[in-house]
Amino acid sequence: MHRELRFCAVVVGVSMGGVEALRVLLGGLPQDFRLPVIIVHHTSPDSQSNLAALLDSFCPLRIKEADEEEKIEAGTAYFAPPNYHLLLERDGTLSLSVDMPVCFARPSVDVLFESAAKACGPGLIGIIMTGGGSDGSGGLKTIKDMGGITIVQDPLEAEADFMPRSALAAVKADHVLPLKGIAPLLCALAERKKEQ
Amino acid sequence: MMKTSDIENIEISLLLEGIFDVYGYDFREYAEASLKRRLTQWLHKTGFAGFSEAQAVVLRDRELFSDLLDGITVNVSEMFRDPQFFKAIREVVVPHLKTYPFIKIWVAGCAAGEEAYSLAILLCEEGLDGHYRIYATDINERVLQQAKEGVYPLERMRQFTHSYQTAGGKRDFADYYTARYDRAILSQKLKNNIVFASHNLTVDAGLGEMQTVLCRNLLIYFRPALKERVLTLFDGSLSNGGFLCLGMKETLSGRCISGGYKELARGTRIYRKQYA
Ligand SMILES: C[S@@+](CC[C@H](N)C(=O)[O-])C[C@H]1O[C@@H](n2cnc3c(N)ncnc32)[C@H](O)[C@@H]1O
Repeated sequence: MHRELRFCAVVVGVSMGGVEALRVLLGGLPQDFRLPVIIVHHTSPDSQSNLAALLDSFCPLRIKEADEEEKIEAGTAYFAPPNYHLLLERDGTLSLSVDMPVCFARPSVDVLFESAAKACGPGLIGIIMTGGGSDGSGGLKTIKDMGGITIVQDPLEAEADFMPRSALAAVKADHVLPLKGIAPLLCALAERKKEQ
Repeated sequence: MMKTSDIENIEISLLLEGIFDVYGYDFREYAEASLKRRLTQWLHKTGFAGFSEAQAVVLRDRELFSDLLDGITVNVSEMFRDPQFFKAIREVVVPHLKTYPFIKIWVAGCAAGEEAYSLAILLCEEGLDGHYRIYATDINERVLQQAKEGVYPLERMRQFTHSYQTAGGKRDFADYYTARYDRAILSQKLKNNIVFASHNLTVDAGLGEMQTVLCRNLLIYFRPALKERVLTLFDGSLSNGGFLCLGMKETLSGRCISGGYKELARGTRIYRKQYA
């Protein structure tokens, strides 16, 4: 991790409509993107698993399913494995839990966002995109409270608008953007240096 | 000036030190993020203003400590969780086990007994009844009590049944329990060959000469050094040719003991201890 950068990681929460949204978001990030990206995508317990491999095959970014104890690295996107919560530790490694679902979801966006907010403080960028349910709203609020940056996909163009709407009801987001606008914003934010 | 969140981290490590000194339970090497999440939930439930306030009472009140232990351990389990794993046990491990006159199996971190009972069903269907004993252990006394009773909410049976069938179950799952009101009571026959006991992997010694050790979805809560220690403990408890089974997202690769083991097939997380 670059010590002089303003941000240390990007976290993303997405559910219904997520495959297309992730294709656009991750497809828009360059191979040398300066930050690690950590993703919770709700799916049914036994489906997915191959989405990471699929996206990896046509995105410049390296994309994989998260492993326990894995150290997060720039230019890589990590997916929470099906049926496990994914958490970020203070030392920059990922960890897993089989704890109860949160907002009916395991993996849960809230669990990832809250742990990452504690690990990164103001150095975190949180994004909520298309989806049903209200998972992620609480976590996005924690990110905001800790001084991080919050981004929500514009509910008017989201395939499923409940999750972004619910996030916006909980947080006054820093940016509300159409899907296409998110990757360019991330590229700009990722270059920011820490203020002296 | 230190941030509130940093001070809270210090309070948590002091609390864990205190618990270790007073009660001998060692949570100091648990992975932090999940532990902190559970501790925070427990703190909110109890109504203490902070961890320091809670510590003053926890260190003097054993009952409150038990409540805390129950609050921070994650006991979520299922029967036949990861059906493909149990299928592999049935198809690949059981044929080896059949060559022993008597089989000893250790289920470490057994929660409310879901996994131990799943194994008992499977072994009984494979004709091994009377030829095995399962030692199922956990640190949480409350879930151990539940495990001994073998009673689950009836609503969970639908999912268990589905997993049982996917795992290659040979009978009607309903044969194994009696429904009473909203509870499912597992049949006594399954309980006869299981010993449920309290055992703490961070401080207690291993059990001897097991043919199989299951420890699934528990090591994910430990930091690397503690994982290594516990794996060495399992290694010492397994006979040559025995099987070590981990959770689907846990692996032996890169660990000290990995040289003495071979994974049955990639991704099964079933490791066979090689003959020296
Ligand atoms: C998530 S459950 C796993 C249940 C089951 N093995 C499964 O995979 O479905 C983890 C269990 O490990 C127990 N545990 C935690 N720390 C332990 C320790 N130090 N020694 C023994 N058991 C422990 C917890 O009480 C909990 O019941």
